[in-house]
Amino acid sequence: MLSEYEVSALLLSLKVSGSAVLFSLPLAILVAWVLARYHFPGKALLDSLIHLPLVLPPVVIGYLLLISMGRQGAIGSRLYEWFGVSFSFSWQGAALAAAIVAFPLMVRAIRLSLQTVDIKLEQAARTLGASPLKVFFTITLPLTVPGLLAGTILAFARSLGEFGATITFVSNIPGETRTLPLAMFSFIETPGAEAQAARLCLISIVVALVALLISEWLTRMAHKRLAL
Amino acid sequence: MTLQVQLEKQLGEITINIDINLQETGITALFGRSGAGKTSIINLIAGLQKPDAGKIVIGNRVVFDAIRKINLPPEKRQIGYVFQGSRLFPHYTVNGNLNYGRRYKDPHQLQTITELLGIKHLLHRYPAALSGGEQQRVAIGRALLSNPAMLLMDEPLASLDEPRKKELLPYIEQLVKEINIPIIYVSHSLDELLRLADQMVLIDQGRIIRHGAVADIWNSEAMLPWQPEQDISVILEACIGEHSRRYSMSCLDLGDSLSLWTPFIDAPISSRVRMRIHARDISLVRTPPEQSSIRNVIPVSVIDITATDNTSACLITLRAGQHILKSSITRWAAEELSIQLGEQLFAQIKGGSISRNDQVANLKNS
Repeated sequence: MLSEYEVSALLLSLKVSGSAVLFSLPLAILVAWVLARYHFPGKALLDSLIHLPLVLPPVVIGYLLLISMGRQGAIGSRLYEWFGVSFSFSWQGAALAAAIVAFPLMVRAIRLSLQTVDIKLEQAARTLGASPLKVFFTITLPLTVPGLLAGTILAFARSLGEFGATITFVSNIPGETRTLPLAMFSFIETPGAEAQAARLCLISIVVALVALLISEWLTRMAHKRLAL
Repeated sequence: MTLQVQLEKQLGEITINIDINLQETGITALFGRSGAGKTSIINLIAGLQKPDAGKIVIGNRVVFDAIRKINLPPEKRQIGYVFQGSRLFPHYTVNGNLNYGRRYKDPHQLQTITELLGIKHLLHRYPAALSGGEQQRVAIGRALLSNPAMLLMDEPLASLDEPRKKELLPYIEQLVKEINIPIIYVSHSLDELLRLADQMVLIDQGRIIRHGAVADIWNSEAMLPWQPEQDISVILEACIGEHSRRYSMSCLDLGDSLSLWTPFIDAPISSRVRMRIHARDISLVRTPPEQSSIRNVIPVSVIDITATDNTSACLITLRAGQHILKSSITRWAAEELSIQLGEQLFAQIKGGSISRNDQVANLKNS
């Protein structure tokens, strides 16, 4: 049904978006927690910095990644030197670009959800002998599940569609960084490949739709479970 | 078990400044109007807020000391807290809530407490499916199962409607008799004070006005602001001397060969009871009437007369043996009888006027 080329692009897209979401989730929870619960000088600045990828042109993010995280970049060269890790022109780089672009969406959803958790419940848990860490994992986090799900799916969908930052940072390498949008772009550029482009378009729509339906279903289950 | 609390804390307009030693097990009521700082005081004790200065010692454990820079977090204080709203965890079942703070998984204890609170049949439900009274009972059970060294209760009945209050009150009364830890109970309800408290601390503007036995403070002038002018009352504590099954009455032995007949109290002879006697139910006579329908005619001496000019009422405070009584009569009657301080009179108390709501049986012997 799907050509080998399409399967490869689809699987790559899922791998890139999946890792982007998975690795940024803990950090997103931490940042959302700090923004939701603490007041400190420079909070507005931190908030703006995190939201920056939402408003910057993706090509700018790709460019910044290239000069910082590339093999010759300020951070990238050290990472390569010390750990042998390289983001440039690899699918990991694509995942990094996707993670950064999707990060504000994830933080925003989790933060909103955290703000609705009643601090009084956390206090009650403390008087019952629970340490702050136990309170976080047994009270705060479970009550944030709807927000976590919403944030994760939103970030996943945004990662799937990531184009500008990816092509700027890690180029368009078949089987390595050529995700669905990049593959489609290649077909559009190729004369006479309109049909293939249309097929990829359809695949993209189906994947996005499935993600949204799963998110809807999970959220409903979570609400039921939390008896909200 | 002693509790030593010495605290200072600036909270917006009011300054909490208290210094108190509680020796007792049983319930100590923190009583005062809304905004007097009662809830803040127990939050400070529980460790949910940090005092500016002072010291809190429970038994021999120092949980806060500003000078020695000791400030145990709430989870290390072993203080149970029943909040005004139940604060049950919505994502846990009743069972999950009850088990959340349990230190020793003693199945017998779970059994006892769920039976005592009548929540055994609710274990698998979620809090959202419980009534307000049931939620509050679960919250009380949850706090007790964490094996606290003391229990704080912040107006646990305040968020409930009248029928739910009536439903929950007996559970708390029962509970107090069963558990042996000191309880601090925040309230501004005279009914709860009457039914539950052994000791009371009167709080105003973050300071302690009075601290002592409930009857002593209730009967003093310090409590007058809390009693509506038409319904001033005294608390009388005494032991049951005899029952009259035939007339369904009980007789209280007031000491000094004085006695008081009341509607039947379902408690054994010589058990200690507390009752509220309304001033409007006591009338005064100079000579004991013959052939009266009123069963109780008690010799008293007048120790205070308070008349307010713009009302018709006059409040006479009386001493009967070791007990205090208050009688509300009209100023007209007071003038006609020309009642004088120190004078000997007879107080007539209609036996039937003491309702069940005004009686509390089986007090701990203090």
